[in-house]
Amino acid sequence: MTPKVSGSGAASAAPGPSFSLHTIAAKLRDPYFWADWTVVFALVAAVLIFTALEPGNFMTAYNVNTILTASAVPAILALGQAFVIMTAGIDLSNAAVLTLGAVTFGWFFFRGYPLIWCMISAIIVGLIAGLINGLIIAQFKINDFIVTLGMLSLAQGVALVISNAKPVQVISPVLAQFAIGKIWVIPYLMILAFVLLLVCQFFLTQTKFGTHVLATGGNTDAARAMGVRTKAIKVSVYAISGTLAGVAAIVTISRIGAAEPAVNTAFLLNSVAAVVLGGVSLFGGRGNMIGPFVGAILLTMIINGLIVAGVPQYYQFIAIGLIVMVSAVLVRSAK
Amino acid sequence: MSEYAVACHNVSKAFGSVKALRDVSITAKAGEVTAIIGDNGAGKSTLIKIVAGVEQADSGHIDLFGQQVDFTNPEEARQAGIETVYQTLGLIEDLTIWQNLFLNREIVTGFGPIQLMNKRVMRQRSHEMLTALDVHIPSVRARVRGLSGGQRQAVAISRAAGWSSRVVIMDEPTAALGVRESAKVEELIERLKDKGLAVIVISHNFDQVVRLADRVWVMRQGRVIAELSQEELDAAQMVALITGAAKGDKLNESGDLDD
Repeated sequence: MTPKVSGSGAASAAPGPSFSLHTIAAKLRDPYFWADWTVVFALVAAVLIFTALEPGNFMTAYNVNTILTASAVPAILALGQAFVIMTAGIDLSNAAVLTLGAVTFGWFFFRGYPLIWCMISAIIVGLIAGLINGLIIAQFKINDFIVTLGMLSLAQGVALVISNAKPVQVISPVLAQFAIGKIWVIPYLMILAFVLLLVCQFFLTQTKFGTHVLATGGNTDAARAMGVRTKAIKVSVYAISGTLAGVAAIVTISRIGAAEPAVNTAFLLNSVAAVVLGGVSLFGGRGNMIGPFVGAILLTMIINGLIVAGVPQYYQFIAIGLIVMVSAVLVRSAK
Repeated sequence: MSEYAVACHNVSKAFGSVKALRDVSITAKAGEVTAIIGDNGAGKSTLIKIVAGVEQADSGHIDLFGQQVDFTNPEEARQAGIETVYQTLGLIEDLTIWQNLFLNREIVTGFGPIQLMNKRVMRQRSHEMLTALDVHIPSVRARVRGLSGGQRQAVAISRAAGWSSRVVIMDEPTAALGVRESAKVEELIERLKDKGLAVIVISHNFDQVVRLADRVWVMRQGRVIAELSQEELDAAQMVALITGAAKGDKLNESGDLDD
Protein backbone atom coordinates (compact mmCIF):
# COMPACT_ATOMS: atom_id res chain seq x y z
CA MET A 1 0.00 0.00 0.00
CA THR A 2 1.26 3.39 -0.89
CA PRO A 3 -0.13 6.59 0.54
CA LYS A 4 -2.33 8.37 -1.89
CA VAL A 5 -1.23 11.83 -0.99
CA SER A 6 -1.65 12.85 -4.58
CA GLY A 7 -3.85 15.55 -5.95
CA SER A 8 -6.29 13.10 -7.47
CA GLY A 9 -9.03 14.46 -5.29
CA ALA A 10 -11.22 11.34 -5.34
CA ALA A 11 -12.27 10.69 -1.77
CA SER A 12 -11.97 6.96 -1.16
CA ALA A 13 -12.80 6.99 2.53
CA ALA A 14 -16.40 7.68 3.34
CA PRO A 15 -17.16 7.62 7.06
CA GLY A 16 -20.46 5.96 6.37
CA PRO A 17 -22.96 4.19 8.58
CA SER A 18 -21.74 1.50 10.95
CA PHE A 19 -23.56 -1.47 9.51
CA SER A 20 -22.67 -1.39 5.85
CA LEU A 21 -21.48 -4.61 4.22
CA HIS A 22 -18.15 -2.95 3.65
CA THR A 23 -17.73 -2.42 7.38
CA ILE A 24 -18.64 -6.02 8.19
CA ALA A 25 -16.22 -7.33 5.57
CA ALA A 26 -13.50 -5.09 6.96
CA LYS A 27 -14.20 -6.41 10.45
CA LEU A 28 -13.89 -10.00 9.30
CA ARG A 29 -10.53 -9.23 7.73
CA ASP A 30 -9.28 -7.55 10.89
CA PRO A 31 -7.18 -10.13 12.80
CA TYR A 32 -8.17 -8.35 16.01
CA PHE A 33 -11.76 -9.33 15.37
CA TRP A 34 -10.73 -12.98 15.59
CA ALA A 35 -8.59 -12.43 18.66
CA ASP A 36 -11.57 -10.73 20.31
CA TRP A 37 -14.08 -13.42 19.45
CA THR A 38 -12.00 -16.61 19.75
CA VAL A 39 -13.13 -16.95 23.34
CA VAL A 40 -16.79 -16.90 22.36
CA PHE A 41 -16.25 -19.68 19.82
CA ALA A 42 -14.29 -21.58 22.47
CA LEU A 43 -17.18 -21.19 24.90
CA VAL A 44 -19.64 -22.57 22.37
CA ALA A 45 -17.25 -25.44 21.58
CA ALA A 46 -16.87 -26.23 25.30
CA VAL A 47 -20.64 -26.27 25.78
CA LEU A 48 -21.07 -28.63 22.81
CA ILE A 49 -18.26 -30.97 23.93
CA PHE A 50 -19.42 -31.25 27.55
CA THR A 51 -23.05 -31.63 26.48
CA ALA A 52 -22.02 -34.45 24.15
CA LEU A 53 -19.94 -36.14 26.87
CA GLU A 54 -22.52 -35.74 29.65
CA PRO A 55 -25.86 -35.30 27.94
CA GLY A 56 -27.98 -35.67 31.08
CA ASN A 57 -25.80 -33.77 33.53
CA PHE A 58 -24.10 -30.78 31.99
CA MET A 59 -26.72 -28.57 30.39
CA THR A 60 -29.22 -28.88 33.21
CA ALA A 61 -30.78 -25.82 34.76
CA TYR A 62 -29.11 -26.70 38.04
CA ASN A 63 -25.65 -27.07 36.56
CA VAL A 64 -25.85 -23.95 34.41
CA ASN A 65 -26.89 -22.01 37.50
CA THR A 66 -23.94 -23.52 39.38
CA ILE A 67 -21.50 -22.52 36.65
CA LEU A 68 -22.80 -18.97 36.42
CA THR A 69 -22.81 -18.54 40.19
CA ALA A 70 -19.23 -19.75 40.44
CA SER A 71 -18.25 -17.50 37.50
CA ALA A 72 -19.31 -14.24 39.15
CA VAL A 73 -16.17 -13.67 41.25
CA PRO A 74 -13.67 -14.66 38.51
CA ALA A 75 -15.59 -12.52 36.00
CA ILE A 76 -15.54 -9.43 38.25
CA LEU A 77 -11.83 -9.87 38.93
CA ALA A 78 -11.18 -10.35 35.21
CA LEU A 79 -12.75 -6.95 34.43
CA GLY A 80 -10.31 -5.19 36.74
CA GLN A 81 -7.39 -7.25 35.51
CA ALA A 82 -8.37 -6.41 31.91
CA PHE A 83 -8.12 -2.67 32.57
CA VAL A 84 -4.69 -3.14 34.12
CA ILE A 85 -3.38 -5.40 31.36
CA MET A 86 -4.66 -2.96 28.71
CA THR A 87 -2.13 -0.46 30.09
CA ALA A 88 0.55 -3.19 29.74
CA GLY A 89 0.58 -3.73 33.51
CA ILE A 90 -0.49 -6.65 35.66
CA ASP A 91 -2.19 -6.88 39.03
CA LEU A 92 -0.95 -9.91 40.96
CA SER A 93 -2.57 -8.68 44.17
CA ASN A 94 -6.26 -8.92 43.24
CA ALA A 95 -6.94 -12.26 44.98
CA ALA A 96 -5.15 -11.11 48.14
CA VAL A 97 -6.96 -7.75 48.09
CA LEU A 98 -10.22 -9.69 47.76
CA THR A 99 -9.29 -11.57 50.94
CA LEU A 100 -8.34 -8.34 52.72
CA GLY A 101 -11.67 -6.81 51.71
CA ALA A 102 -13.53 -9.88 52.95
CA VAL A 103 -11.71 -9.87 56.27
CA THR A 104 -12.40 -6.15 56.71
CA PHE A 105 -16.05 -6.85 56.02
CA GLY A 106 -15.95 -9.61 58.67
CA TRP A 107 -14.22 -7.34 61.18
CA PHE A 108 -16.98 -4.73 61.00
CA PHE A 109 -19.73 -7.33 60.77
CA PHE A 110 -18.47 -9.09 63.92
CA ARG A 111 -18.60 -5.75 65.77
CA GLY A 112 -22.21 -5.23 64.80
CA TYR A 113 -21.83 -2.56 62.14
CA PRO A 114 -24.68 -2.35 59.62
CA LEU A 115 -24.37 -4.52 56.54
CA ILE A 116 -24.11 -1.62 54.13
CA TRP A 117 -21.15 -0.21 56.07
CA CYS A 118 -19.44 -3.62 56.00
CA MET A 119 -19.89 -3.74 52.24
CA ILE A 120 -18.61 -0.21 51.72
CA SER A 121 -15.60 -0.95 53.92
CA ALA A 122 -14.65 -3.92 51.72
CA ILE A 123 -14.87 -1.75 48.61
CA ILE A 124 -12.92 1.13 50.18
CA VAL A 125 -10.15 -1.21 51.33
CA GLY A 126 -9.93 -2.55 47.79
CA LEU A 127 -9.80 0.97 46.39
CA ILE A 128 -7.05 1.98 48.80
CA ALA A 129 -4.95 -1.11 48.02
CA GLY A 130 -5.36 -0.40 44.31
CA LEU A 131 -4.44 3.28 44.73
CA ILE A 132 -1.29 2.30 46.61
CA ASN A 133 -0.36 -0.11 43.82
CA GLY A 134 -1.01 2.49 41.16
CA LEU A 135 0.71 5.39 42.88
CA ILE A 136 3.89 3.41 43.52
CA ILE A 137 3.94 2.04 39.97
CA ALA A 138 3.20 5.37 38.26
CA GLN A 139 4.98 7.80 40.55
CA PHE A 140 8.16 5.88 41.28
CA LYS A 141 8.18 4.01 37.97
CA ILE A 142 8.60 0.67 39.70
CA ASN A 143 7.85 -2.57 37.92
CA ASP A 144 4.15 -3.48 38.26
CA PHE A 145 5.08 -7.11 38.83
CA ILE A 146 7.16 -6.28 41.91
CA VAL A 147 4.75 -3.75 43.38
CA THR A 148 1.65 -5.92 43.09
CA LEU A 149 3.58 -8.98 44.25
CA GLY A 150 4.49 -6.94 47.32
CA MET A 151 0.85 -5.95 47.72
CA LEU A 152 -0.14 -9.61 47.46
CA SER A 153 1.97 -10.41 50.52
CA LEU A 154 1.05 -7.17 52.32
CA ALA A 155 -2.70 -7.64 51.86
CA GLN A 156 -2.47 -11.27 52.86
CA GLY A 157 -0.49 -10.37 55.98
CA VAL A 158 -2.84 -7.56 57.03
CA ALA A 159 -5.80 -9.88 56.45
CA LEU A 160 -4.26 -12.47 58.75
CA VAL A 161 -3.52 -9.85 61.42
CA ILE A 162 -7.01 -8.29 61.32
CA SER A 163 -8.76 -11.65 61.41
CA ASN A 164 -6.32 -13.27 63.78
CA ALA A 165 -6.18 -15.96 61.09
CA LYS A 166 -9.73 -17.05 61.93
CA PRO A 167 -12.76 -16.97 59.66
CA VAL A 168 -15.72 -14.84 60.76
CA GLN A 169 -19.20 -16.19 60.13
CA VAL A 170 -21.38 -13.71 58.30
CA ILE A 171 -24.97 -14.66 58.88
CA SER A 172 -27.04 -12.25 56.85
CA PRO A 173 -30.36 -13.28 55.35
CA VAL A 174 -30.14 -10.41 52.89
CA LEU A 175 -26.77 -11.50 51.52
CA ALA A 176 -27.75 -15.16 51.51
CA GLN A 177 -30.93 -14.39 49.60
CA PHE A 178 -28.95 -12.37 47.10
CA ALA A 179 -26.48 -15.22 46.63
CA ILE A 180 -29.10 -17.85 45.88
CA GLY A 181 -31.55 -15.59 44.07
CA LYS A 182 -31.96 -16.07 40.35
CA ILE A 183 -34.02 -15.11 37.34
CA TRP A 184 -34.71 -18.32 35.39
CA VAL A 185 -31.26 -20.00 35.56
CA ILE A 186 -29.33 -16.72 35.81
CA PRO A 187 -28.17 -16.04 39.38
CA TYR A 188 -28.35 -12.49 40.74
CA LEU A 189 -24.59 -12.66 41.27
CA MET A 190 -24.04 -13.15 37.54
CA ILE A 191 -26.46 -10.31 36.81
CA LEU A 192 -24.39 -8.11 39.11
CA ALA A 193 -21.23 -9.17 37.28
CA PHE A 194 -22.93 -8.50 33.96
CA VAL A 195 -23.96 -4.99 35.03
CA LEU A 196 -20.32 -4.34 36.01
CA LEU A 197 -19.29 -5.64 32.58
CA LEU A 198 -21.63 -3.17 30.89
CA VAL A 199 -20.27 -0.30 32.99
CA CYS A 200 -16.65 -1.24 32.23
CA GLN A 201 -17.31 -1.75 28.52
CA PHE A 202 -19.12 1.59 28.44
CA PHE A 203 -16.17 3.43 29.97
CA LEU A 204 -13.71 1.60 27.73
CA THR A 205 -15.47 2.28 24.44
CA GLN A 206 -17.55 5.41 24.97
CA THR A 207 -15.40 7.73 27.07
CA LYS A 208 -12.08 9.53 26.76
CA PHE A 209 -10.87 7.53 29.72
CA GLY A 210 -11.14 4.26 27.80
CA THR A 211 -9.28 5.59 24.77
CA HIS A 212 -6.59 6.97 27.04
CA VAL A 213 -6.23 3.60 28.79
CA LEU A 214 -5.59 1.94 25.43
CA ALA A 215 -3.30 4.78 24.32
CA THR A 216 -1.27 4.52 27.53
CA GLY A 217 -0.89 0.79 27.05
CA GLY A 218 -0.23 1.00 23.33
CA ASN A 219 2.52 3.60 23.47
CA THR A 220 3.03 5.44 26.75
CA ASP A 221 5.55 7.92 25.35
CA ALA A 222 3.38 8.84 22.38
CA ALA A 223 0.34 9.20 24.61
CA ARG A 224 2.24 11.45 27.00
CA ALA A 225 3.54 13.52 24.11
CA MET A 226 -0.10 14.16 23.15
CA GLY A 227 -0.80 15.34 26.66
CA VAL A 228 -2.53 12.18 27.92
CA ARG A 229 -2.10 12.00 31.68
CA THR A 230 -0.56 8.55 31.59
CA LYS A 231 0.32 8.50 35.29
CA ALA A 232 -3.26 9.26 36.29
CA ILE A 233 -4.47 6.57 33.90
CA LYS A 234 -2.14 4.00 35.46
CA VAL A 235 -3.22 4.90 38.97
CA SER A 236 -6.86 4.67 37.86
CA VAL A 237 -6.65 1.17 36.40
CA TYR A 238 -5.06 -0.27 39.56
CA ALA A 239 -7.65 1.57 41.64
CA ILE A 240 -10.41 0.02 39.49
CA SER A 241 -8.88 -3.44 39.86
CA GLY A 242 -8.68 -3.02 43.65
CA THR A 243 -12.23 -1.68 43.88
CA LEU A 244 -13.57 -4.60 41.85
CA ALA A 245 -11.63 -6.99 44.12
CA GLY A 246 -13.53 -5.34 47.00
CA VAL A 247 -16.83 -5.99 45.20
CA ALA A 248 -15.72 -9.58 44.56
CA ALA A 249 -15.06 -9.90 48.32
CA ILE A 250 -18.72 -9.10 49.04
CA VAL A 251 -19.84 -11.63 46.44
CA THR A 252 -17.55 -14.26 47.97
CA ILE A 253 -18.92 -13.64 51.47
CA SER A 254 -22.49 -13.82 50.21
CA ARG A 255 -21.78 -17.22 48.66
CA ILE A 256 -19.91 -18.91 51.51
CA GLY A 257 -21.46 -17.05 54.47
CA ALA A 258 -18.11 -16.31 56.03
CA ALA A 259 -15.14 -13.95 55.76
CA GLU A 260 -12.10 -16.18 55.40
CA PRO A 261 -8.50 -15.01 55.73
CA ALA A 262 -7.16 -17.59 53.25
CA VAL A 263 -6.09 -16.26 49.84
CA ASN A 264 -7.42 -18.22 46.89
CA THR A 265 -4.54 -17.82 44.45
CA ALA A 266 -6.49 -19.69 41.78
CA PHE A 267 -8.51 -16.46 41.39
CA LEU A 268 -5.33 -14.62 40.45
CA LEU A 269 -4.27 -17.12 37.79
CA ASN A 270 -7.81 -17.34 36.48
CA SER A 271 -8.16 -13.59 36.14
CA VAL A 272 -4.97 -13.33 34.10
CA ALA A 273 -5.95 -16.41 32.09
CA ALA A 274 -9.42 -15.03 31.40
CA VAL A 275 -7.97 -11.76 30.16
CA VAL A 276 -5.51 -13.53 27.85
CA LEU A 277 -8.25 -15.85 26.60
CA GLY A 278 -10.39 -12.79 26.03
CA GLY A 279 -7.98 -11.40 23.46
CA VAL A 280 -6.44 -8.60 25.52
CA SER A 281 -2.82 -8.09 24.54
CA LEU A 282 -0.42 -8.65 27.44
CA PHE A 283 1.66 -5.89 25.86
CA GLY A 284 -1.21 -3.50 26.38
CA GLY A 285 -3.04 -1.22 24.02
CA ARG A 286 -5.82 -3.41 22.82
CA GLY A 287 -8.78 -5.49 23.91
CA ASN A 288 -12.30 -5.21 25.18
CA MET A 289 -14.16 -6.21 28.32
CA ILE A 290 -16.48 -8.83 26.86
CA GLY A 291 -13.63 -11.22 26.02
CA PRO A 292 -12.20 -11.42 29.57
CA PHE A 293 -15.72 -11.73 30.99
CA VAL A 294 -16.57 -14.64 28.70
CA GLY A 295 -13.09 -16.05 29.34
CA ALA A 296 -13.79 -16.18 33.08
CA ILE A 297 -17.06 -18.02 32.47
CA LEU A 298 -15.31 -20.40 30.06
CA LEU A 299 -12.61 -21.32 32.60
CA THR A 300 -15.21 -21.90 35.31
CA MET A 301 -17.27 -23.98 32.91
CA ILE A 302 -14.30 -26.15 31.96
CA ILE A 303 -13.52 -26.86 35.62
CA ASN A 304 -17.19 -27.65 36.22
CA GLY A 305 -17.42 -29.80 33.08
CA LEU A 306 -14.42 -31.86 34.12
CA ILE A 307 -15.98 -32.43 37.55
CA VAL A 308 -19.29 -33.41 35.99
CA ALA A 309 -17.44 -35.75 33.62
CA GLY A 310 -15.78 -37.37 36.63
CA VAL A 311 -12.23 -36.29 35.83
CA PRO A 312 -10.08 -36.38 39.00
CA GLN A 313 -9.63 -32.93 40.53
CA TYR A 314 -5.91 -32.53 39.96
CA TYR A 315 -6.34 -32.81 36.21
CA GLN A 316 -8.28 -29.53 36.30
CA PHE A 317 -5.08 -27.61 36.98
CA ILE A 318 -3.39 -29.34 34.07
CA ALA A 319 -6.34 -28.54 31.80
CA ILE A 320 -6.43 -24.85 32.79
CA GLY A 321 -2.68 -24.52 32.36
CA LEU A 322 -2.79 -26.07 28.90
CA ILE A 323 -5.77 -23.94 27.85
CA VAL A 324 -4.02 -20.75 28.90
CA MET A 325 -0.83 -21.63 27.07
CA VAL A 326 -2.57 -22.75 23.89
CA SER A 327 -4.85 -19.70 23.84
CA ALA A 328 -1.91 -17.37 24.39
CA VAL A 329 -0.18 -18.94 21.38
CA LEU A 330 -3.36 -18.74 19.28
CA VAL A 331 -4.00 -15.09 20.15
CA ARG A 332 -0.39 -14.27 19.40
CA SER A 333 -0.31 -16.02 16.03
CA ALA A 334 -3.57 -14.34 15.07
CA LYS A 335 -1.48 -11.22 14.59
CA MET B 1 3.12 41.11 15.19
CA SER B 2 6.66 40.12 14.51
CA GLU B 3 7.75 39.02 11.07
CA TYR B 4 8.94 35.77 12.65
CA ALA B 5 6.64 32.97 13.72
CA VAL B 6 9.34 31.56 15.96
CA ALA B 7 12.45 33.36 17.14
CA CYS B 8 14.91 31.74 19.53
CA HIS B 9 17.18 34.23 21.28
CA ASN B 10 20.48 33.03 22.76
CA VAL B 11 19.05 29.72 23.93
CA SER B 12 21.41 27.57 25.99
CA LYS B 13 20.84 24.17 27.51
CA ALA B 14 23.12 21.80 29.37
CA PHE B 15 22.54 18.21 30.41
CA GLY B 16 24.91 17.82 33.34
CA SER B 17 28.31 18.80 31.99
CA VAL B 18 27.25 18.36 28.36
CA LYS B 19 26.44 21.67 26.74
CA ALA B 20 23.77 20.69 24.24
CA LEU B 21 22.99 24.23 23.12
CA ARG B 22 25.14 27.34 23.38
CA ASP B 23 23.64 30.72 22.61
CA VAL B 24 21.49 29.47 19.81
CA SER B 25 19.48 32.08 17.91
CA ILE B 26 17.33 31.04 15.00
CA THR B 27 14.17 32.30 13.35
CA ALA B 28 11.36 30.77 11.32
CA LYS B 29 8.77 32.63 9.25
CA ALA B 30 5.15 31.75 8.64
CA GLY B 31 4.55 30.38 5.15
CA GLU B 32 8.11 29.13 4.93
CA VAL B 33 9.90 25.87 5.47
CA THR B 34 12.81 26.38 7.82
CA ALA B 35 15.32 23.54 7.96
CA ILE B 36 17.74 22.82 10.77
CA ILE B 37 20.63 20.62 9.76
CA GLY B 38 23.67 19.29 11.54
CA ASP B 39 25.46 16.14 12.57
CA ASN B 40 24.25 13.86 15.35
CA GLY B 41 24.72 15.65 18.65
CA ALA B 42 24.72 19.08 17.04
CA GLY B 43 21.78 20.06 19.23
CA LYS B 44 18.96 20.08 16.64
CA SER B 45 16.67 17.78 18.57
CA THR B 46 17.28 19.57 21.85
CA LEU B 47 16.44 22.88 20.22
CA ILE B 48 13.12 21.71 18.82
CA LYS B 49 12.27 20.02 22.11
CA ILE B 50 12.67 23.38 23.81
CA VAL B 51 10.49 25.09 21.22
CA ALA B 52 7.88 22.32 21.66
CA GLY B 53 7.93 22.63 25.44
CA VAL B 54 9.38 19.16 26.05
CA GLU B 55 12.59 20.61 27.50
CA GLN B 56 13.19 23.97 29.12
CA ALA B 57 16.06 26.29 28.22
CA ASP B 58 18.65 27.14 30.89
CA SER B 59 18.95 30.65 29.50
CA GLY B 60 17.75 32.69 26.56
CA HIS B 61 14.14 32.96 25.44
CA ILE B 62 11.76 32.12 22.65
CA ASP B 63 9.30 34.48 20.95
CA LEU B 64 6.19 33.17 19.24
CA PHE B 65 4.86 35.75 16.78
CA GLY B 66 6.69 38.43 18.73
CA GLN B 67 5.45 37.39 22.14
CA GLN B 68 7.80 35.79 24.60
CA VAL B 69 6.69 32.32 25.60
CA ASP B 70 7.86 30.11 28.40
CA PHE B 71 6.48 26.60 28.01
CA THR B 72 6.82 24.21 30.91
CA ASN B 73 5.24 21.27 29.09
CA PRO B 74 4.23 20.18 25.56
CA GLU B 75 0.56 20.84 26.26
CA GLU B 76 1.22 24.57 26.74
CA ALA B 77 3.15 24.70 23.48
CA ARG B 78 0.32 22.89 21.72
CA GLN B 79 -2.22 25.32 23.09
CA ALA B 80 -0.10 28.16 21.78
CA GLY B 81 -0.26 26.57 18.32
CA ILE B 82 3.00 24.62 18.13
CA GLU B 83 2.59 21.03 16.95
CA THR B 84 5.39 18.52 16.71
CA VAL B 85 5.72 15.42 14.54
CA TYR B 86 8.33 13.27 16.22
CA GLN B 87 10.78 10.99 14.48
CA THR B 88 9.17 8.03 16.19
CA LEU B 89 5.84 9.34 14.87
CA GLY B 90 3.96 9.32 18.12
CA LEU B 91 1.01 7.39 16.75
CA ILE B 92 -0.60 4.63 18.79
CA GLU B 93 -0.50 1.52 16.59
CA ASP B 94 -3.51 -0.29 18.02
CA LEU B 95 -5.81 2.70 17.85
CA THR B 96 -7.64 3.70 14.71
CA ILE B 97 -6.71 6.68 12.57
CA TRP B 98 -9.52 8.82 13.92
CA GLN B 99 -8.67 7.89 17.51
CA ASN B 100 -5.09 8.97 16.88
CA LEU B 101 -6.12 12.22 15.21
CA PHE B 102 -8.34 13.08 18.17
CA LEU B 103 -6.17 11.65 20.95
CA ASN B 104 -6.60 13.86 24.00
CA ARG B 105 -8.84 16.20 22.01
CA GLU B 106 -11.81 13.90 21.94
CA ILE B 107 -15.08 15.58 21.13
CA VAL B 108 -17.41 14.76 23.97
CA THR B 109 -21.03 15.46 24.64
CA GLY B 110 -21.33 15.61 28.36
CA PHE B 111 -23.92 15.49 31.00
CA GLY B 112 -22.30 15.92 34.39
CA PRO B 113 -19.27 13.77 35.11
CA ILE B 114 -20.01 11.31 32.31
CA GLN B 115 -18.65 12.62 29.04
CA LEU B 116 -19.63 10.55 26.05
CA MET B 117 -17.39 10.57 23.02
CA ASN B 118 -19.04 11.75 19.86
CA LYS B 119 -17.46 9.18 17.58
CA ARG B 120 -19.53 10.02 14.54
CA VAL B 121 -18.41 13.65 14.53
CA MET B 122 -14.80 12.70 15.19
CA ARG B 123 -14.78 10.24 12.28
CA GLN B 124 -16.37 12.82 10.02
CA ARG B 125 -13.88 15.51 11.01
CA SER B 126 -10.96 13.08 10.70
CA HIS B 127 -12.04 12.40 7.17
CA GLU B 128 -12.20 16.14 6.53
CA MET B 129 -8.79 16.75 8.09
CA LEU B 130 -7.19 14.16 5.82
CA THR B 131 -8.96 15.26 2.65
CA ALA B 132 -8.12 18.91 3.36
CA LEU B 133 -4.48 17.95 2.95
CA ASP B 134 -5.26 15.59 0.08
CA VAL B 135 -4.30 12.55 2.12
CA HIS B 136 -6.22 9.52 0.93
CA ILE B 137 -6.43 6.57 3.23
CA PRO B 138 -8.94 3.72 2.84
CA SER B 139 -10.86 4.49 6.03
CA VAL B 140 -10.39 6.57 9.13
CA ARG B 141 -11.54 3.47 11.01
CA ALA B 142 -8.40 1.56 9.99
CA ARG B 143 -5.87 0.87 12.69
CA VAL B 144 -2.49 2.55 12.35
CA ARG B 145 -0.74 -0.83 12.62
CA GLY B 146 -1.91 -1.74 9.14
CA LEU B 147 -0.64 1.46 7.49
CA SER B 148 2.53 1.89 5.49
CA GLY B 149 5.28 4.19 6.70
CA GLY B 150 4.18 6.94 4.34
CA GLN B 151 0.55 6.68 5.37
CA ARG B 152 1.55 6.88 9.01
CA GLN B 153 3.65 9.94 8.38
CA ALA B 154 0.75 11.49 6.49
CA VAL B 155 -1.57 10.84 9.43
CA ALA B 156 0.96 12.22 11.90
CA ILE B 157 1.46 15.36 9.82
CA SER B 158 -2.28 15.79 9.31
CA ARG B 159 -2.75 15.57 13.04
CA ALA B 160 -0.17 18.29 13.58
CA ALA B 161 -1.61 20.51 10.88
CA GLY B 162 -5.27 19.82 11.43
CA TRP B 163 -5.70 21.85 14.58
CA SER B 164 -5.42 25.52 15.08
CA SER B 165 -1.67 25.17 14.80
CA ARG B 166 0.55 27.94 13.52
CA VAL B 167 3.90 26.18 13.76
CA VAL B 168 4.58 22.57 12.79
CA ILE B 169 7.88 21.03 13.79
CA MET B 170 9.04 17.83 12.11
CA ASP B 171 11.94 15.68 13.19
CA GLU B 172 13.24 13.69 10.21
CA PRO B 173 9.86 13.43 8.48
CA THR B 174 11.06 11.09 5.73
CA ALA B 175 13.88 9.21 7.45
CA ALA B 176 12.13 5.84 7.39
CA LEU B 177 10.45 6.22 4.01
CA GLY B 178 11.14 5.07 0.50
CA VAL B 179 11.65 7.46 -2.40
CA ARG B 180 8.03 7.53 -3.56
CA GLU B 181 6.64 7.94 -0.06
CA SER B 182 9.18 10.67 0.71
CA ALA B 183 7.97 12.56 -2.35
CA LYS B 184 4.39 12.35 -1.11
CA VAL B 185 5.36 13.63 2.33
CA GLU B 186 7.31 16.47 0.74
CA GLU B 187 4.18 17.43 -1.19
CA LEU B 188 2.33 17.44 2.10
CA ILE B 189 4.94 19.72 3.68
CA GLU B 190 4.60 22.10 0.72
CA ARG B 191 0.87 22.22 1.32
CA LEU B 192 1.34 23.13 4.98
CA LYS B 193 3.61 25.93 3.87
CA ASP B 194 1.03 27.13 1.34
CA LYS B 195 -1.56 27.12 4.13
CA GLY B 196 0.61 29.76 5.82
CA LEU B 197 2.02 27.59 8.58
CA ALA B 198 5.57 27.97 9.76
CA VAL B 199 7.19 24.59 9.14
CA ILE B 200 10.41 23.69 10.92
CA VAL B 201 12.10 20.57 9.62
CA ILE B 202 15.07 18.65 10.89
CA SER B 203 16.58 16.63 8.09
CA HIS B 204 19.70 14.72 7.19
CA ASN B 205 18.64 14.56 3.59
CA PHE B 206 20.41 17.49 1.93
CA ASP B 207 18.73 17.06 -1.42
CA GLN B 208 15.42 17.26 0.37
CA VAL B 209 16.53 20.37 2.22
CA VAL B 210 17.52 21.98 -1.06
CA ARG B 211 14.12 21.10 -2.53
CA LEU B 212 11.99 22.16 0.41
CA ALA B 213 13.65 24.77 2.55
CA ASP B 214 13.33 28.52 2.26
CA ARG B 215 15.92 29.00 4.97
CA VAL B 216 18.46 26.68 6.54
CA TRP B 217 20.21 26.88 9.87
CA VAL B 218 23.37 24.81 10.21
CA MET B 219 24.30 23.61 13.67
CA ARG B 220 27.51 22.10 14.95
CA GLN B 221 28.39 21.16 18.53
CA GLY B 222 25.46 23.01 20.05
CA ARG B 223 25.97 26.19 18.06
CA VAL B 224 24.46 27.78 15.00
CA ILE B 225 27.32 28.16 12.56
CA ALA B 226 25.55 29.32 9.44
CA GLU B 227 22.28 30.70 8.10
CA LEU B 228 21.57 29.99 4.47
CA SER B 229 18.78 31.44 2.38
CA GLN B 230 17.21 29.50 -0.45
CA GLU B 231 19.50 30.97 -3.14
CA GLU B 232 22.58 29.87 -1.20
CA LEU B 233 21.52 26.26 -0.79
CA ASP B 234 23.96 23.72 -2.08
CA ALA B 235 24.28 20.16 -0.82
CA ALA B 236 28.06 20.06 -0.96
CA GLN B 237 28.37 23.34 0.91
CA MET B 238 26.02 22.08 3.61
CA VAL B 239 28.05 18.91 4.10
CA ALA B 240 31.19 21.00 4.42
CA LEU B 241 29.57 23.20 7.04
CA ILE B 242 28.25 20.27 9.04
CA THR B 243 31.49 18.38 9.09
CA GLY B 244 33.52 21.49 9.86
CA ALA B 245 35.36 21.58 6.53
CA ALA B 246 33.80 25.02 5.97
CA LYS B 247 33.76 27.54 8.74
CA GLY B 248 30.34 29.15 8.49
CA ASP B 249 29.47 32.82 8.66
CA LYS B 250 28.21 32.74 12.24
CA LEU B 251 31.36 31.24 13.62
CA ASN B 252 33.10 34.51 14.37
CA GLU B 253 30.17 35.74 16.45
CA SER B 254 30.10 32.53 18.44
CA GLY B 255 33.82 32.14 18.87
CA ASP B 256 36.00 29.10 18.54
CA LEU B 257 34.18 25.78 18.40
CA ASP B 258 36.96 23.77 19.97
CA ASP B 259 36.73 25.22 23.45
